[in-house]
Amino acid sequence: MSWETVIGLEVHLQLATRSKLFSGAATAFGAAPNTQACAIDLALPGTLPLLNKAAVEMAIRFGLAVDAEINPVSVFERKNYFYPDLPKGYQTTQLAHPIVGPGHLDIELADGREKRIRIHHAHLEEDAGKSLHEDFHGLSGIDLNRAGTPLIEIVTEPDLRNAEEAVAFAKKLHAIVTALGISDGDMSQGSMRFDVNVSVRRPGEPLGTRTETKNLNSFRFMERAIAKEVARQIGVLEDGGRVLQETRLYDGDTDSARAMRSKEEANDYRYFPCPDLLPVHVAPALIEQLRASQPELPDARRARFVAEHGLSDYDAGQLAADTPTAHYFEAAAKASGDPKLAANWLMGEIAARLNSTETAIAACPVSPAQLGGLLQRILDRTISNAIARQVFDALWNGASDADAVIEAKGLKQVSDSGAIAALVDQVLVANPKQVADYRAAPDDKKAKMFGFFVGQAMKASGGKVNPQQLNALLAARLNG
Amino acid sequence: MSIQRADIEKLAELARIHVNEDTVTATTLGINRVLELIDQLRAADTTGIAPLANPLDATQRLREDLVSETVDRDALQAAAPAVEAGLYLVPKVVE
Amino acid sequence: MHDLTLAQMCHGLARRDFSSTELTRHLLERIGAANPRYNAFITIASETALAQAAAADRRRAAGDAPALCGLPIAHKDIFCTRGLRTSCGSRMLDNFVPPYDATVVERCAAAGAVVLGKTNMDEFAMGSSNETSYYGPVKNPWATDCVPGGSSGGSAAALAARLVPGATASDTGGSIRQPAALCGVTGLKPTYGRVSRWGMIAFASSLDQAGPMARTAEDVALLLQVMAGFDARDSTCLDRPVPDYAATLEQPLAGLRIGVPEEYFGAGLHPGTERAVREALAEFERQGARLVAISLPHSGLAVPAYYVIAPAEASANLSRFDGVRYGHRCADPVDLRDLYMRSREEGFGDEVKRRILIGTYCLSAGYYDAYYNKAQQVRRLIRQDFLDAFANVDLILGPTCPNPAFAFGAKGGDPVAMYLEDIYTIAANLAGLPALSVPCGLVDAKPVGLQIIGNYFDEARMLNAAHRYQLATGWHQLAPPALTETAA
Repeated sequence: MSWETVIGLEVHLQLATRSKLFSGAATAFGAAPNTQACAIDLALPGTLPLLNKAAVEMAIRFGLAVDAEINPVSVFERKNYFYPDLPKGYQTTQLAHPIVGPGHLDIELADGREKRIRIHHAHLEEDAGKSLHEDFHGLSGIDLNRAGTPLIEIVTEPDLRNAEEAVAFAKKLHAIVTALGISDGDMSQGSMRFDVNVSVRRPGEPLGTRTETKNLNSFRFMERAIAKEVARQIGVLEDGGRVLQETRLYDGDTDSARAMRSKEEANDYRYFPCPDLLPVHVAPALIEQLRASQPELPDARRARFVAEHGLSDYDAGQLAADTPTAHYFEAAAKASGDPKLAANWLMGEIAARLNSTETAIAACPVSPAQLGGLLQRILDRTISNAIARQVFDALWNGASDADAVIEAKGLKQVSDSGAIAALVDQVLVANPKQVADYRAAPDDKKAKMFGFFVGQAMKASGGKVNPQQLNALLAARLNG
Repeated sequence: MSIQRADIEKLAELARIHVNEDTVTATTLGINRVLELIDQLRAADTTGIAPLANPLDATQRLREDLVSETVDRDALQAAAPAVEAGLYLVPKVVE
Repeated sequence: MHDLTLAQMCHGLARRDFSSTELTRHLLERIGAANPRYNAFITIASETALAQAAAADRRRAAGDAPALCGLPIAHKDIFCTRGLRTSCGSRMLDNFVPPYDATVVERCAAAGAVVLGKTNMDEFAMGSSNETSYYGPVKNPWATDCVPGGSSGGSAAALAARLVPGATASDTGGSIRQPAALCGVTGLKPTYGRVSRWGMIAFASSLDQAGPMARTAEDVALLLQVMAGFDARDSTCLDRPVPDYAATLEQPLAGLRIGVPEEYFGAGLHPGTERAVREALAEFERQGARLVAISLPHSGLAVPAYYVIAPAEASANLSRFDGVRYGHRCADPVDLRDLYMRSREEGFGDEVKRRILIGTYCLSAGYYDAYYNKAQQVRRLIRQDFLDAFANVDLILGPTCPNPAFAFGAKGGDPVAMYLEDIYTIAANLAGLPALSVPCGLVDAKPVGLQIIGNYFDEARMLNAAHRYQLATGWHQLAPPALTETAA
């Protein structure tokens, strides 16, 4: 008898604000320890929180993007526990009255069907600092730069049924929040972290006991951690055991997980409304203003790419999902005047280069304008596709524009019919045996042998000869 | 409602305050006196009354998203019991 | 010179009768001589005070004399003062020197005040007798075997002993009004949100309010004028205009409707206190005010509700004292848990620990609804009592405390006996209403106070009533007999 997996996600998303949720300290990554932790972040006595407007607006934007109710009144509460990365001894978060109420997100399954995943709610809260475990004479070092960074925690209903669905949801979510510009989505910096709640059951039975695996910071780790946990739970149950409700930690380096030792042993968080903050009222006018200025989301963008640029649904989907890629595409399409060609280059040559050099599209050394200039030279037949790759190579390595490269290296395609005719003669004279063989061969073999002469001519011209003209002249001379 | 010694130990754990063996009885007694006092609340009829967390019916103001704090780490860490390389030192954190 | 009020000192400075430096030096000498006797100050800031006085003298000479220019005051040690140790009466913060000023401190400094030092207080403002201070209790100048009240006992005693003419204080359940009453001085707890809480170490955030203490209502008005006003750094501080409090001090009281709540004159009220308060009410009637019998039916629930809400908020507010970033840290912690458990055990006194444990209990799983939520519901009922009353009256008058100052140790065995000393003051904090205490008589040769509760943001009317009362009576001018004997 088979098992059914039930998965719910809690996603912690760092918001792309300049300053913290409750203080005017900077949120930028990579600063020296504790240089971005001000008196408020350090919870010095007498300090008080001040709520960041941009964080509230970003949370609302998220809510609108997942078709959620925006609660007119939301309340910050204190979640009490002691931990050295939590300076106040409580986390300021939302519980009973979160800013974003129920919503949903539709994901695309492997077979192309859509599935609706319900979002229970999303709330604003502050991030904690970091404990560094390098050895300080057997002590830990605490860096509170991240303390107070604004997060939204997005909580789904247990609607996901396998790791693939969970990953599809996570990717879709990532595409949306980066399109909204409310998060940089940089998972390597912890901008998006997943807690997965997993349980298994026999189909039709009530939900099994769930475990929570915390702080997964890549799609791959999430997929691996879920697969491992599902297998573990099934193993336990099939051996006649019982799954314990526990919090687990997954280590991506060793692809292994274990139950957490601390923090959860007596979790009575004693939530109550934070008396230093008042209820947050969201006016309908603000919601409407944000709705009206909501950026284009990936689904809408995909549809537009099909309608406006004539791309296939698949290509449009590929290009629309990642916002920087979509922006690059639109700029290159405009610069070149041929969206399909731009799409092909972006998903072909550029994607391969970015991949092999582990470069983000935003840092691509070839700008959309440079690519556009290059594609124009293909379109007006100044260069062939093969030469274009050489030019692209030069652009990637710092050349300023395609025309300059073509000029400097003399790559301009030869389309003068006199010159091509001379080239053809030269090739035929140099290869009398092949010419004789060709002429003697049966028709069905000729096509393949024809390629030899094309290759010789291309080689002799340095690839610059116009292929259509070359083909025509060669055929005329060989067959004529 | 009154609480027992075991309850005090649980509260002390939650509040991270060690309660001494020789004071635990007095602590329990004192807290039970206060609980007698606050148990008077039970007599109040509060049916349908919304809790009042803050005396004023005010709403939260919002701050513009500006980096307004310059952090003088040395000044802020002058009061710290143990610091090294800009980090606050604590006994090993085990997760 | 030390018998002068702030207003009188202000005139003296303006007339060049004396300089701020002379005044400051004189008071510092008095503090130096008297503080061992009263223990009113935790920290005396002689050097900085003299520098501030010299600066104020230069400023005045240059023709720029803001409201408090050169006037010596003291800050309760709950207000953070940049570069000056701020202990909050606790071992936990015995070594804490803040790198910032509280807004109240900043505003007083901007107005030219000279800060003589930081006054003693119950630890983290939790107490009504000053006996919980890590630095030892303050003695009441009227009877040094008696408590000065709390938690702002240091500010009140320093005023009574003529060590300082004005002081800041804070009030969570009566911590300005009760010591003011017990020491025979005038103190005002403003409307919640009138004065910024930024930099004032939190006890119970939804109840805490900073306010002034002085010997006259006129001086209290002068200090409030400086302390009050919007501060963007405190989300609970309201953006409302601050009226000119001095402008309305002298207005006649004819037609003023004074509510007299029956619940404030019941069992437990000392007959001497009742007599003094009734005489004060008669004085208001003589000035044309009309007394209206009112009822605040939920008054009896104020103390129980307070002892849920205040400890609950405190239990979280005091979690930041963990020995990691500042404050007391135990020696050689073996692990993280040990660091927390022992640092907090050693750093906090018994009353603070008791309240943290009670607050933890009231918020813990299974008890939240019965205690915390219930108390907040009762809080709404208490506020509604006042809103109903203020539909018909302008001010509510009654005793500040049931009894005059009690002896040290008198309430030691039973925390609840101590808590009930705040029976008349706590409701104003729960409702967020302004309330002040003025001296209105002596009982057993010790001062008692008249409490004036006003409607929201109606401090001007309260100060007007208090000032008119003080123009007609002399209770506020009485000095502790020990002082006059010494002088004689």
